Amino acid sequence: MRSKVVVIVIVFSLLVGGCATTQERLFDSDSSQVQLRSIQTRAFDTKDKEKTLRTVISTLQDLGFVIDKADATLGTVSATKLNNYAVRITVTVRPRGETQFLVRANAQYNIQPITEPESYQQFFVALEKAMFLTAHQAD
Amino acid sequence: MSRWLPLFLTGTLLLTACQTVPKDALSLSPESLAQRQVQTKKYETTDEAKVLAACAGLLQDLGFNLDESETKLGVISASKMRSAVSAGQVVAAVLLALMGAPMPIDKEQKMRASVITRPMGEHGEYVAVRVTFQRIVWNTQGQITTSESLADPKIYQEFFDKLSKSIFLEAQNI
Repeated sequence: MRSKVVVIVIVFSLLVGGCATTQERLFDSDSSQVQLRSIQTRAFDTKDKEKTLRTVISTLQDLGFVIDKADATLGTVSATKLNNYAVRITVTVRPRGETQFLVRANAQYNIQPITEPESYQQFFVALEKAMFLTAHQAD
Repeated sequence: MSRWLPLFLTGTLLLTACQTVPKDALSLSPESLAQRQVQTKKYETTDEAKVLAACAGLLQDLGFNLDESETKLGVISASKMRSAVSAGQVVAAVLLALMGAPMPIDKEQKMRASVITRPMGEHGEYVAVRVTFQRIVWNTQGQITTSESLADPKIYQEFFDKLSKSIFLEAQNI
């Protein structure tokens, strides 16, 4: 009786933990793209792309990240934080209209995507302080 | 059967919730200002590219290979693989092996550095340099045993001592 239950528990946990296909993992199909984009994006009232990127870089350093790469033309920065866990983040900066830039961040914690709003909220609070600007919800 | 249900539910909850993102992952820690000061020096020059080039040269002096660079944003990232074998661990492992309990020891490590330069001051008369180091350690079984940022101020002191020499400028605290 007891061993049967144990087997059922183990099988069910495996099913729960391992049911996604490669395609679902590849495209993170379990999360809503529209919702995720709004969680990960803020608009800043600035015309200076380079300054925005430099501020993103120094904010990431303040948060304990080491910068992996950056591209001024494309407007991207990638960085990694190691603290007995690994967080990898990519931040992109692109113009919206004449007077705003959209800043978008996406991050992963070890081997899973960060999808909850709180983490991104914290990142943008830190970025706001460094930009001396308010982050607007983008939509 | 019903007494197994709570256990079963708890088990599945634990399995699905075991990987929550730590609170400090994307928020400023109380130490972040102090760390910034340790990791940053400013140099009185307007030539950011020259400072960046000196940093690239210094990283080469220190045995790093450059992975990426972007002059327009003042970014260089570099890394190197080195041995992570430490005498203490080897002694402990040998003793344990003699007692019939083999133990994996730290074998190699990837050491990473990124250097960021940024014009500072009202008229951009300074260039600030901030360097950060981190490392990942693997043991003899290929598992990661440590992944950390290096926070020891002495490391940064030595880096900036060497950098000052290589750009012939006196480093100033920010």
